[in-house]
Amino acid sequence: MEWAQLYTDLTAQLVSGTDLPWWQDFFVNFYRAFVDGGRWTLYLKGVLTTLRVTALALIMGIVLGVLVAIIRSAHDQQRPGRRNPILGILNLICKIYTTVIRGTPMIVQMLIMGSIIFASSRNFTIIGTIALGINSGAYVSEIIRGGLMSLDPGQAEAGRSLGLNYAQTMRFIVIPQAFKAILPALGNEFIVLFKDTALITVIGGKELLYAAQAVGAKTYSVIFPYLGAAVIYLILVMILTWLQGKLERRLRQSDRR
Amino acid sequence: MIDVKHLSKSFGDHLVLDDISEHIYPGEKVVIIGPSGSGKSTFLRCLNLLENPSAGTISFDGTVINDPKTDINAVRRQMGMVFQHFNLFPNMTIQKNITLAPVQTGLMKQAEADQQAIQLLRRVGLEEKAAAYPSQLSGGQKQRIAIVRALAMKPKLMLFDEPTSALDPEMVGEVLDVMKQLANEGMTMVVVTHEMGFAREVGDRVLFMADGKIVEQNTPAEIFTNPREERTKAFLSKVL
Repeated sequence: MEWAQLYTDLTAQLVSGTDLPWWQDFFVNFYRAFVDGGRWTLYLKGVLTTLRVTALALIMGIVLGVLVAIIRSAHDQQRPGRRNPILGILNLICKIYTTVIRGTPMIVQMLIMGSIIFASSRNFTIIGTIALGINSGAYVSEIIRGGLMSLDPGQAEAGRSLGLNYAQTMRFIVIPQAFKAILPALGNEFIVLFKDTALITVIGGKELLYAAQAVGAKTYSVIFPYLGAAVIYLILVMILTWLQGKLERRLRQSDRR
Repeated sequence: MIDVKHLSKSFGDHLVLDDISEHIYPGEKVVIIGPSGSGKSTFLRCLNLLENPSAGTISFDGTVINDPKTDINAVRRQMGMVFQHFNLFPNMTIQKNITLAPVQTGLMKQAEADQQAIQLLRRVGLEEKAAAYPSQLSGGQKQRIAIVRALAMKPKLMLFDEPTSALDPEMVGEVLDVMKQLANEGMTMVVVTHEMGFAREVGDRVLFMADGKIVEQNTPAEIFTNPREERTKAFLSKVL
């Protein structure tokens, strides 16, 4: 292959001490960081892992977030004299969960998960995903709770006054309307989560940044791997933002029926 | 039908209802008037437990509804409520707004509820709006739909919380007409309103509330022409 030949020639010249013009130097560095020895497959694998970790953590975050939001809203809306003690305990657990998660840095949580709680496990990517999911759940639950609270209380009152119970009122009236309201915030949380996947590198998870670091260690040059990783993150976030905008425009159209 | 004994309600330190006892008889049309902040709406909202009384008891057909053991959903199914701001569900068609509760509470099957919805809509002259969404309706139309939505549960009693206060003046009439029609059919009604004409025409009894108490009550003819309490006189002289 011509490019490979050119790379070998130029590298040989560099080794022999020849000063190359900047564009040839750029080519050598670029080729070494992304192509030589099939390194692009490392980035590709990294990106796929990043996307998979994002998806899994997102699902975990939404499940946890919905659960916590429901427990907390249900607890707050009980009738006096009819308080459920189990719900009270669950509510306390949820409160501690959101306080701790939102009150400590993500990277600290990641390190605690990797080196203390799951210290004996070697499955760093999975551990990192769990840590991200738990972290995301706390934020998602607050987003959902905010969405539920932002809805006119008259809507729930109308549902209850018709004889629907709490669960039916939530399911048919409150949640469908709240969902539309929280979509932008959820989209942002999703993008933050996507970028936070880079943090699992600190416990040895093998995603995109990990691949960039591995290449940097191997080639003794981190400039191109790091800049390359940044560009890949940026492009993916731009795609996600575009999708988010599309979805929102679509939902807004249904408002003007 | 509804028996209220020593009902008090406070929000924090603020006492809104002060030891109210009252009885509402089947078929009666009770109109509650009074200055804003007098507790009229809170009183009405206590009757179906949208507000929890701080003290006292409220019974509906012999059941104490503010007893924690009472299934409040079962009680509310028998009481319709109409709100000042309509509170239609904007994410559903009119048809769905009307049929949701009867179907979900198991009162009727979807087909039967749909049938009933058409009849009810015809009754208020809005049958062509069945597939529309609330945002496409005028205020008066929304409130007529809200009344119909409550009627779909076949309630024994209807509560109205200032049903015309949020409407443009030219739309008040169409809503009052529906309410009058309902009154003529013998529905038990408790209405909080500033429409003195409606109170005079439809009410069997008018309660005048001020500062969390029922200051005076009488037939509309008596209370409007011959109020006894100073407080009532002062209020009526401002609104009539």
